[in-house]
Amino acid sequence: MHITGLLLDAPQANTAANYLPIALQLLFALGFVATMMIVTHLLGPKRKTADKLATFTSGIETHGNARTPMAIKYFLVAILFVLFDVEVIFFYPYAVNFRALGWSGFYSVLMFVGFFIVGFFYIIKKGALVWED
Amino acid sequence: MTLLALDWFLLIEKLILIAIVITASLVIAMYATYAERKVAAVMQDRIGPNRAGPFGLLQPLADGLKLFFKEEIIPDSSNRFLFILGPCLAMLTAMMTCAVVPWGSSVEIAGRTIQLQIADINIGILYVFGVVSLGVYGIMIGGWASNNKFSLMAALRGASQVISYELAMGISLIALLMLTGSLSIKTIVEQQVGHVWNIVYQPVGFLIFFVCAMAECNRAPFDLPEAESELNMGYHQEYSSMKLGFYLFSEYINMFISSAIMASLYFGGYDVPFLGHAHLAPNLLAIIGVVAFLVKIFIFIFVFMWIRWTLPRFRYDQLMNLGWKALIPLALANMLVTAVVILLRG
Repeated sequence: MHITGLLLDAPQANTAANYLPIALQLLFALGFVATMMIVTHLLGPKRKTADKLATFTSGIETHGNARTPMAIKYFLVAILFVLFDVEVIFFYPYAVNFRALGWSGFYSVLMFVGFFIVGFFYIIKKGALVWED
Repeated sequence: MTLLALDWFLLIEKLILIAIVITASLVIAMYATYAERKVAAVMQDRIGPNRAGPFGLLQPLADGLKLFFKEEIIPDSSNRFLFILGPCLAMLTAMMTCAVVPWGSSVEIAGRTIQLQIADINIGILYVFGVVSLGVYGIMIGGWASNNKFSLMAALRGASQVISYELAMGISLIALLMLTGSLSIKTIVEQQVGHVWNIVYQPVGFLIFFVCAMAECNRAPFDLPEAESELNMGYHQEYSSMKLGFYLFSEYINMFISSAIMASLYFGGYDVPFLGHAHLAPNLLAIIGVVAFLVKIFIFIFVFMWIRWTLPRFRYDQLMNLGWKALIPLALANMLVTAVVILLRG
């Protein structure tokens, strides 16, 4: 009753009830994915041999496995992404309230963008985004 | 009791809408594979699929059925649970994004006004971003769990590519949000109905968004995660049967949804130009709007394919340089210029 009562306020676009259809869709999608996986599992033939289940490397014999250390650059990109994405997230509330904040808000954000660019130049000068050795 | 009955109607209405939208996006994604092959064929002066059904129209069905009846192979050295989870996650996130897209204004059936949008939430764009960034896990988990060096490298490339372009995409959107002052996609579309589309105010922002959308969907020329020439088949090379199908299919659904998002944000969504003065029944208007929206989406999908069959693939360092050193500064500049112009015009 509680949830169905909330549904009446749906047009306001800011209550928890607006997310109910998303939950429904999640259930729908989960059901679809699970059904497909089970159906294909039941339908397909099952004739496993050792060669089929070996790691595929274009016919070349495999050497070791893939649980090896990878280039640090990918990790660096991930770290930088987290850093800059957090900064980008700060822009969102500003963008939505942008007109109300006016010029003073703009100057504050200009300062923030300045910090952003300083950090950006720092990582470029440090060579964090150099891909060819 | 009447209150309760009314709510159940809303629930059923939403369920039907979800079923229609998901089925439609699956069918459109299916036929996008057909369209892709036909477009490629035309561009390379070939005929393309023409055996299954008239003009080869049953080809996607044949492909789908074939994937169903293939043997499932889970390599011995892989991590079984994550191996299965990877494609499921990719498909799940692809199917979840369409929840906040407004497909049309609203129709009246039996006295009830039905919104043609599954969920109108006031953080629509953030929701899309959130779900899309979960899509990275599908690639990453699948590639890692395969325990194959090619898959792992492709997954790493794919993940760093997607997250790099997400930054520029986020910043390019901020300029648009300054114009609209709302994160709800429905509100953004409504603002454009009968007015100038946002593309006029944000051409640079749109260009950045479009490039990033291409990179997010792993479409050529950004298809490095699937670079056949160097990585065999990319992150899904150990996959077979419907698990492979999920990966391939989610790419097409993502392309469909990102076209829908671009059409909503920059090209007026379900708005039909010069139709404001026509005196038509509201339901008819809504249906024309939905058709117009789909036409815009199909144009975008065609452009995606056109680009794929025209441009060669980027080199990896070119791709990262474009994302970090060109698009991010450009998006920041676009944001600041937009802010100054809006403030100056009052």
